Amino acid sequence: MSESKPLDFTAFRERIGDLRGKEYWRSLEELSRSEAFDEFFQSEFPQQALALSRGVDRRSFMKLMGASVALAGLTGCRPPQETIVPYVNQPENLIPGRPVYFATAMPLSGYARGVLVESHMYRPTKIEGNPEHPASLGATDAFTQASILGLYDPDRSQVVRKMGEISTWSEFVAALQPVLAEARSNPAGVRLLTQTITSPSLGAQIQQLLAQYPGIRWHQWEPVGGHALREGNRLAFGSYLNTIYDFTRASVVVSLGSDFLDEGPGHLRYARDFSSRRRVRQGMDGGMNRLYVIESTVSSTGSVADNRLPVRPSEIEAVGRAILAALDGTAAPAAAHGEFIASLARDLQANRGASIVVPGEEQPPVVHLIAHAINQALGNIGTTVQVIDSPEVAPVNQLQSLRELVTDMNAGVVSSLIILGGNPVYDAPADFDFRGALGKVAFRAHLGLYNDETSLLCHWHIPETHYLEAWGDARAYDGTATIMQPLIAPLYNGRSAHEILGALLGGLDTSSHGAVRGYWFGRGATEASWRRWLHDGVVSGSAPAPRAAAVSTAVPAPVEGNGVGIEIEIRPDPTLYDGRFANNAWLQELPKPQTKITWDNVLLMGPRTAEQIGFGAEERSKLFNELKTRVAEVEYQGVRVQLPVWVVPGHAEGAVTVYLGSGRAFGGKVASGAGTNIYPLRRSSAMQGGGGARITLTSRSPYPIGCTQEHQSIDPKVVGERGIVREASYETYLRDPAFAQTPPHGEVVAGLEHRNESLYPPFVYEGHAWAMVIDTTVCTGCNGCVVACQSENNIAVVGKDEVVREREMHWLRIDRYYKGDPENPQVFHQPVPCMQCELAPCEPVCPVEATSHNEEGLNDMTYNRCVGTRYCSNNCPYKVRRFNFFGYSDYETPALKAMRNPDVTVRTRGVMEKCTYCVQRINHARIEAEKEGRRVRDGEVVTACQQACPTQAIVFGDMNDPQSAVAQLKKEPVNYALLGELNTRPRTTYLATIRNPNPELVKAATADAEHH
Amino acid sequence: MAQIFHRSANTLARVTIFGAVFIAGFVLWVIGGIVRSPYFTNQNVHREQPVQFSHRHHVGGLGIDCRYCHTSVEESSFAGIPPTSTCMNCHAQIWTNAEILEPVRASFATGRPIVWNRVHRLPDFVHFNHSIHVAKGIGCASCHGRVDRMNLMYQAEPLTMEWCLRCHREPEKYIRPREEVFNMEYVPVNQKEVGPKLVQQYAVRKLTSCSTCHY
Repeated sequence: MSESKPLDFTAFRERIGDLRGKEYWRSLEELSRSEAFDEFFQSEFPQQALALSRGVDRRSFMKLMGASVALAGLTGCRPPQETIVPYVNQPENLIPGRPVYFATAMPLSGYARGVLVESHMYRPTKIEGNPEHPASLGATDAFTQASILGLYDPDRSQVVRKMGEISTWSEFVAALQPVLAEARSNPAGVRLLTQTITSPSLGAQIQQLLAQYPGIRWHQWEPVGGHALREGNRLAFGSYLNTIYDFTRASVVVSLGSDFLDEGPGHLRYARDFSSRRRVRQGMDGGMNRLYVIESTVSSTGSVADNRLPVRPSEIEAVGRAILAALDGTAAPAAAHGEFIASLARDLQANRGASIVVPGEEQPPVVHLIAHAINQALGNIGTTVQVIDSPEVAPVNQLQSLRELVTDMNAGVVSSLIILGGNPVYDAPADFDFRGALGKVAFRAHLGLYNDETSLLCHWHIPETHYLEAWGDARAYDGTATIMQPLIAPLYNGRSAHEILGALLGGLDTSSHGAVRGYWFGRGATEASWRRWLHDGVVSGSAPAPRAAAVSTAVPAPVEGNGVGIEIEIRPDPTLYDGRFANNAWLQELPKPQTKITWDNVLLMGPRTAEQIGFGAEERSKLFNELKTRVAEVEYQGVRVQLPVWVVPGHAEGAVTVYLGSGRAFGGKVASGAGTNIYPLRRSSAMQGGGGARITLTSRSPYPIGCTQEHQSIDPKVVGERGIVREASYETYLRDPAFAQTPPHGEVVAGLEHRNESLYPPFVYEGHAWAMVIDTTVCTGCNGCVVACQSENNIAVVGKDEVVREREMHWLRIDRYYKGDPENPQVFHQPVPCMQCELAPCEPVCPVEATSHNEEGLNDMTYNRCVGTRYCSNNCPYKVRRFNFFGYSDYETPALKAMRNPDVTVRTRGVMEKCTYCVQRINHARIEAEKEGRRVRDGEVVTACQQACPTQAIVFGDMNDPQSAVAQLKKEPVNYALLGELNTRPRTTYLATIRNPNPELVKAATADAEHH
Repeated sequence: MAQIFHRSANTLARVTIFGAVFIAGFVLWVIGGIVRSPYFTNQNVHREQPVQFSHRHHVGGLGIDCRYCHTSVEESSFAGIPPTSTCMNCHAQIWTNAEILEPVRASFATGRPIVWNRVHRLPDFVHFNHSIHVAKGIGCASCHGRVDRMNLMYQAEPLTMEWCLRCHREPEKYIRPREEVFNMEYVPVNQKEVGPKLVQQYAVRKLTSCSTCHY
């Protein structure tokens, strides 16, 4: 194991100074170029360091081998006998073997994201975005994609439990009767606790309950559903209104701590709209938009910013005030970041009515007020910023709502508590001591997807239906309602909130279908409109009209004393959200967008802060190639939590970030034990954290981290020399559109002058020639494509221990590169699927022809031929092949069998696999086209990654068709191939990243650098 | 020192060395034979079924079209196995008391499906699509044999990859006019001339790349 040395800033600076021209790096470890790192990278198969985590002695090896030979002899003789079970009465519109798509919506924190669900023989297998839904427009994010695994999750709660013992629904309904009796005599003792509700029908049921039993109280609690946003809008507009943004009309966008491209109920739509003004093409109309991001931790939005200003969380408010002041011209910009603010304000002034200032969901209310005051001053309200009534049924201050509940529970006022969804024992603010208060309630019932921390402490637990199992409705960020239709009968005897409320209302057999349908038919739905709404996935005309609203101009004076010492920022996890997805293995193993860490939450900090606390670089153990980091103790408001330290270039100094959602004590096999629980740090007075945290390194032994960034990646020496990342500013592009064609450093790499020559005659692709173009300018690194690929292609999950050994199976990885100063670098995202090289290096080395070329240019991978030599992976310059070192695919669990895509083989141990351009979709389209006697049309084959992408960064098609979108993009001057000089002729090419930084700030930065 | 081996060991050694080649060859030949044999491929093996359904009677005798039961053969990868209700279309009227049909009536009455034993099975890593083969003029009988003469269903062809490729490489030898696809009794006249014409007319491609079937 190498010795941990402190971060050496002079070395970083020297190295960056040494770099010829542009240099890109993926991690500080790489930048420092330590010997250990070089050694790690030089090792031929780092992932093969040791096959098994524990050694195997000779005796057990012989036993195992003997057994497997004997078993192979027994079972390998004949193919198994299978049965076919047809229907008794086949449904009318079902064609066995052909999927059907149903429109519904996935609610997250109450808000709907419209989806189309692929159903094979009424088995949902894949989630796609609904192009007609305003919050999706066809795109999906990682949460939505992974929710299909959430449906089939074998760890979901499966039975009604009374005091932990198996019970029945009818017994529960009987047990509700005394509660109802009490609701008449002592209504104040009966409480309902729900999550955020936008469902009109559920809202109506609750209102009916409150009317039937006046005095019952309804509380709402959602740990990260925008408390600050709600209060901020109330502060700004005087009541609970919502703001929605139109990024298609904004030339300048300023984010005050907002991750609007990857967070919040409208982020898919926002990402689409935002990218529509960012796609730089030859002959485009109008210029490129410009994004300023002022934030602490590096978010997806911040990573694609044109100008990013890292500030401590408490400073965001001050920067907002300074912008407002600069716009008024009433005050000179404060000294701190004066240049940035002045330039930004000038830019905003020049784009009145065509700019947006977005406050972060988690920012304090006053930041929302300031942001909207700026929007008002610029005349953006009513143009790029619309104000609508909140889509929520009853927007309240949820913190206050929960506080009242806890106070009443502690006072012994509450006798019955019915919790409809959520996990407050885990995620309520620590100072509320919800756990303790809950113990004082005589009747506690919990409806939830999992047997979790809350259900353990409740008398009754009812398994909840997944959103794909029950009828429902929900509103999107803009208020558009969707009727949610079930795709499958409840797998695990689940009940919906509608049914529980139905039981409370006295209807013994209220179905969720009846409740939802009843609501909408009571409001003018007809059979025809109902069917149309179900078909389209949206209720037409249900979005509220924008309303006029004036922003309060009374901005309260700043509160002093915030942000002393090291500030801590508490954020929802980018892949686990508030912890509700903690048992979803796809999301646990999904590399976090910025850090690429899987299966863990860490303490994120900037390099200088790390230096201050005495943290050295991460370590690598030579034996396993494990990346290990030291553990620090965070003390915040008297609570201590130990977390592994992780240095993020670009993180604001003097501040640290932690993610909620990990460290679940109970709630499924996957969730339990992964990461550390952050909720104990979260107090009602500081939901998003604050100043005064103390960080000290502990003497605990270094902690292994499954960080995928350095895994299976391109040699760092090649990255700079060969121009893996090609980027320029918009100004440069306008001057020299072909900048990406110039070889890096303006010189041809020695020996590669004859790079396009071949001894063989060129192969002519006469039919289709499938190809892909990835626009790195609009890629935000959000990971939607990665999970979409996993879901479409039945990709296995390997677990943390295997990720640490570099054996993750994702066919599509998103490489993240940095450029420049470690304290505020530029970030580049580069999704890397199989390049489908025309002259593929993997093919000639396969001894069994398991990988071969087809006549449409696909680099086929034939699993059943593969014998696992791994020569192909060794010879792949892009490192896109994945090997099943063990039997990672679960062949046993019945529920997971039902989840898989029947069109894709489930791979077993010892088999190589890789991206196939979704060849199952190509084949499907080809068969349909040939049956109709035509060619496959452009846009008919959509790969899973392309379909999911919110910014439409991925374009796929036939490059032999000159009219196709992909052929057009290949003609763009910014189109380039990765490692093109190797003459692999990759079919996947990239459009170089173009950023549009404010020229004033670029000049200032250059002058600054020269000055030093 | 006395010789360890007798002189005859020389001959034995020579025979063994030469023989080894033949023995290895023989072993490979035997293995090759076994994997192509009905023992492995289930070719010509009759499958017992819960209902002794006779294709010979229904197809050959009564002349029911394949698509009456296998409804999705022209639109889907899967030809479809008829639901119990399809049987009952007729058997609610005729042979209503036949003992042999008891499982069908029971299924219809109880709603429990009939569990058939699969006859034609491809491994999970092979993706076969019925609809495109039917559309391109490959007759049912080309792969399934003379179903109209089978009492109990059996697999008439080996369904090995070698067998698939025979047609994928030379479709002109097996193709027939589209209108004859469902005709069990079709006998090609002058296939050598008709075949290539049909291949051209139907734009049949010789798809032999791995990802045609394996993905």
